[in-house]
Amino acid sequence: MSEIRELEAAGLLRWMWRQLTSMRTALLLLLLLGLASIPGSIFPQRSQNPMKVQQYFSANPTLAHWMDKFQLFSVYGSPWFAAIYILLFISLIGCVLPRTFDHLKKIGAKPPLTPKFLEKMEAFTVVEGVGSLDTAEKWLKRHRFRVRRESTSISAEKGYSRETGNLLFHLSLILILLAVAVGGLLGSRGEAIVNVGERFVNTPTSYDNLSFGKFQKEGSLVPFALTIKNFKATYNITTNAPSDYVLTVAAENPAGSTANTQVIRVNKPLTYGSTKIYLQANGYSPVVTVKDKTGKITFQGPVVFLPQDANLTSTGAIKLPDMNPQIGFVGSFVPTYDRSATRGAFSVFPEALDPRLLLSAWQGNLGLDSGNPQSVYRLDTSKMTKLGLKQLAVGQSYDFGEGSITFDGWKSWVNLQIVDDPGKMYALLGAILAVLGLMVSLFTRQRRIWVKIDPTGKALQVAGLAKNGTPGLDEEVAQLVAALLNTGSEG
Amino acid sequence: MTSTTYAYLSNNLIYSAMAVYTIAFFAHAIEVSFSVHNVEVAAGADTDNSATKFDFSRTQRSGRIGTAMMTLGFLLLFAGVIARGLSAHRVPWGNMYEFSITGALAFSGAYLYALAKYKLRWLGLPVAIAVLLTLGTAITVLYRPSAPLVPALKSTWLAIHVSAAIASGGVFLLANCVAATYLILDRMESKGARKVWAQRLPSLETLDQLAYRLVAFVFPLWTFAVIAGAIWAESAWGRYWSWDPKETWAFITWVAYAAYLHARVTIGWRGRRAAWLCLFAGSTFLFNYVWVNIWGSGLHTYSGL
Repeated sequence: MSEIRELEAAGLLRWMWRQLTSMRTALLLLLLLGLASIPGSIFPQRSQNPMKVQQYFSANPTLAHWMDKFQLFSVYGSPWFAAIYILLFISLIGCVLPRTFDHLKKIGAKPPLTPKFLEKMEAFTVVEGVGSLDTAEKWLKRHRFRVRRESTSISAEKGYSRETGNLLFHLSLILILLAVAVGGLLGSRGEAIVNVGERFVNTPTSYDNLSFGKFQKEGSLVPFALTIKNFKATYNITTNAPSDYVLTVAAENPAGSTANTQVIRVNKPLTYGSTKIYLQANGYSPVVTVKDKTGKITFQGPVVFLPQDANLTSTGAIKLPDMNPQIGFVGSFVPTYDRSATRGAFSVFPEALDPRLLLSAWQGNLGLDSGNPQSVYRLDTSKMTKLGLKQLAVGQSYDFGEGSITFDGWKSWVNLQIVDDPGKMYALLGAILAVLGLMVSLFTRQRRIWVKIDPTGKALQVAGLAKNGTPGLDEEVAQLVAALLNTGSEG
Repeated sequence: MTSTTYAYLSNNLIYSAMAVYTIAFFAHAIEVSFSVHNVEVAAGADTDNSATKFDFSRTQRSGRIGTAMMTLGFLLLFAGVIARGLSAHRVPWGNMYEFSITGALAFSGAYLYALAKYKLRWLGLPVAIAVLLTLGTAITVLYRPSAPLVPALKSTWLAIHVSAAIASGGVFLLANCVAATYLILDRMESKGARKVWAQRLPSLETLDQLAYRLVAFVFPLWTFAVIAGAIWAESAWGRYWSWDPKETWAFITWVAYAAYLHARVTIGWRGRRAAWLCLFAGSTFLFNYVWVNIWGSGLHTYSGL
């Protein structure tokens, strides 16, 4: 009884495996993968634009809540998306590996036997009397056919590389999928905002955010350090669009060794092995000095503000938890100042040609001890009272009662993206092989040609078979027939 | 010459190309419509009046003028695209206006290339219409003054990735025209005989084969375009694949055409089902071009709109 059940179970498994690895299933899974990637292009994704996801949540809370249950805001990292591509991966392996072994076995093998009746094949021609099988064999070999010579017939085949290319293509896809997995499991990716003049040391604490692959350890970071020497942004004066970003750094690898000057641009990252450092974004940090009532300096330095529009109107917060009572500023940095009745102060050009710093001063509890994480770019004014509002040009000060703040100038900041992807080179290799395989498989014609002595013994029958209906067989058979007739007339 | 004169020249060349394509459109329209004539009139009345015939020998000249104009239009458009590039000192693929004029160039180039190999003059009419619509939209809605590139686009990969994508797009659209023609004729034949004007068009089997060959020819190029984009993305954005909407739809197009090729080669789909799949795949490409460029968000926001 139990034996039968075991047999049934094994049979069921075998059946499932056969279903999974059938071409139809692979194709269906491929289509399903395409279909499944659509929602990610329609709804905002956490991995790309977390702000937009938040906006979506505040606009339709209930709907967003349910959509989130189906991971519609992180489609490409969701279990159901993974399920599809893992199944596809298995199906692909199950489909391609047996075919590869079959194909390897066929290396050097002879074409299949000549069919009994050639009359029903394509391009069937009868060559009267003259030609010989030897001539046909010579012609076929010269045209690089594989030939099987029997006593009364020849079977020839050409275009095996079609299957070779086909298999290479599919094996390369498997390689790409593996490379993606390696990159995800063994890589790391992080971002850090650094002001011009500051030094960045590549340790986990230096990052604003940093994520490691499942099998990657924190100590694996390349121990380099960068000092931001200069950042130069150039803008088109008619369109305001950026035309060039150049970041100059003093790079040490490892940190503490002699520094050498390096230039990083948008399309030219700095490379250390499989780690690359990219210039991703930039903005302004106004430099301020804050003094308390006694005139003692409580804060001095640049504060990172985040750009809000293409002309780099930037907003941020300055928090002074050590003053008593606590003081905070909500700020807006305008690189090239203009003013209108409807918008108030705003920027008309992204370069800092005529900068202003607009501040509103607040007093009370900054809320930093509440235990909830707080954005450094925003001031929680719920437990604070407003002291006043002021617009400053460079060098001007604002006395807010509990002390004073001076707008000393500004610095640029750059957002560095630091990525370690050890799978990248394999993905590239896979991609190159895939294109090569694809071209070989799509541009190679596979066909068979048979030559057989007619039952009467006085003529030769010629016929062929083109796989997948590829064109050109008729011409090829005609050429062979012409060659047969030619030698016939000579002899 | 300065940048402005080149930009000015480019605009005039594009306008001239549009005028020439309009002539091509009328020539092809005349070729089709005036070749229909009534047997009754020609041979004297002895049968009923409905015996209309189709005689292309009457309008051969018009057809030839159409082809000549298509060639001239292509050359003018080509010069216009080159002048646009010279005006900005770069490859002319920086915004959607430039993608569109180059796309129209690739599309009409694909038609002329296919015309040299197969008997395809009948496609002249829809091709002329499609090119005129593309150029018209480009110059009225999408037009942007010639300007230098934003930093992210300053890369050799711009020339490689975008040219491959545009060329593939041109051929995909041509395959779509062929597949659409197949479906129209197939419907006509299933209701009875072909209408008079359609009698000279190729057989269904030829159309089916042609659509397949166009796709099989250009699929490796599209694969390459996607890969070149990934290589570029790696150097510009630090990630070779980030499921940006444009990448996602490029992938969907790739999957759809891969499915089409498999359906034909391994499952043996022919005819109607294959034509529908081909149309579907081509429309994912168009969707990517129109929707993602104009309304989508993401990293590929270079339409300039």
